[in-house]
Amino acid sequence: MNFHLRIWRQADPEASGFFQEIEACDIPAEASFLEMLDIVNNRLIEEKKIPVAFDSDCREGICGTCSMVINGVPQGPGRGAACQVYMRSFKNGDSITIEPFRVKAFPIIKDLIVKRAAYDRIIQAGGFITEHTGGAPDAATTLISKKIADQAMDAAACIGCGACAAACPNSSAMLFVGAKVTHLSLMPQGQPERRERALAMVDAMDEEGFGNCSNYYACEAVCPASISASVIATLNREYVRATVIP
Amino acid sequence: MKMPFQFTRRGIGSAPKLSYQLRVVAGNSFRFLPVQKLSFLTSSIGRKWIVAITGILLIGFVAIHLLGNLSIFLGPEIMNAYAARLHQLGILLWIARVGLLVVAGLHVFFTIALWRENHQASPQKYAVKKSLETTLYARSMRLSGLVVLGFVLFHLAQFTWKWVTPEYKEWIDSLGQHDVYRMLVAAFGNPWVTGFYLLSVAFLAMHLSHGIGSLFQTLGLTNKKLRPRFEYAGLIVAWAFFLGYASIPTAVFLKLLPH
Repeated sequence: MNFHLRIWRQADPEASGFFQEIEACDIPAEASFLEMLDIVNNRLIEEKKIPVAFDSDCREGICGTCSMVINGVPQGPGRGAACQVYMRSFKNGDSITIEPFRVKAFPIIKDLIVKRAAYDRIIQAGGFITEHTGGAPDAATTLISKKIADQAMDAAACIGCGACAAACPNSSAMLFVGAKVTHLSLMPQGQPERRERALAMVDAMDEEGFGNCSNYYACEAVCPASISASVIATLNREYVRATVIP
Repeated sequence: MKMPFQFTRRGIGSAPKLSYQLRVVAGNSFRFLPVQKLSFLTSSIGRKWIVAITGILLIGFVAIHLLGNLSIFLGPEIMNAYAARLHQLGILLWIARVGLLVVAGLHVFFTIALWRENHQASPQKYAVKKSLETTLYARSMRLSGLVVLGFVLFHLAQFTWKWVTPEYKEWIDSLGQHDVYRMLVAAFGNPWVTGFYLLSVAFLAMHLSHGIGSLFQTLGLTNKKLRPRFEYAGLIVAWAFFLGYASIPTAVFLKLLPH
């Protein structure tokens, strides 16, 4: 298969970037999107040109490292991360525009790579429990209803890839923060710091310079972990609960 | 007690200064130590709550105002009596007016503050634009809000301050009350005025189409199952308001009033 690529090239964080037109020829249909980029990069290296810098790690949709925006969709078409996109989902001869996440709080490092440390700092502000839980506890020592366990598990599926903020017209991180706060506020282990967590994580989110939620739900549409925007409602509730209840 | 390490956070822009410090105390226990009370009114969520709550109050006004205006279908006597009674409320009317002004002011003020931050948070847009899941109503909130604001100012200038047609002030009915009915019939006889009113209430309905469904999410009252229902109900209510408000200039213009 042949594709016409338009890829964002930016040498360093300060450089002004541009779109480079690259022809990707003879790409096998079974190649994943990242494998297609690998093939393109190998050819660039053979031609003694600088390959396209992009992030990847697990390449099976678990880690969320492969942040990129394919034809205007963060993490590419279909549910899942960019590494789970296959070239067979495009038509032969398609034009494909590949851009980095455009979020001020995620500065571009090079080409398609952005620095997502802002999410790490939000987690450091309260996205954890401090109680040392020791080894794996016996089953059924802490009883949690199936409904609550499912809701918490759905929220815990967040891989922190940043696609929510990238898709949001406001660059808001509410889906990410909502998922973390929802997950922990539903679990008994999360209760002692429930109030402080909501306040500290929202505070950290605001300080990182993310935008505010306008209930556009673009985040929900692109989330590779299928996190529901109902976690944002939970976050809104938890935050005000934490403010009102001393 | 020595701190092996600690995180401190610096405030940026208008965001509040550090509110909580995460510290490792005595090697193995983490604590959140409140340093400074977080200011609700500078936080992302707190300000959105203000917008949602002022939005509810404004929707309440829109509903009451519609009920009052629909009295035009009951004839000139009842409409003029309603208007006269409203003005007899005196101080209560002024409390309501000042209250509305404050509520509308807060709604606009906080929206602008949030919008400015949103704008700063995403300075560079994508080369390929996709409106992922976002509705037209949601994307046009600023435009529809501004149109409604402009319309409200024109509406006040026309019927409350009577700047547009100063003769309206002298129109008195047989009971010595201000003849509101005659004023409306005269104003909406003009196709441009009627057209402008219809367009403006359509923008109001667009604003509410996103606003009503959205405020339940902002106030944290939704979940996966309820959200689509609130949004659907919001759409119905918004366009019911449109039908109600649009019926008045349309009925006057087409001379469909029963009296």
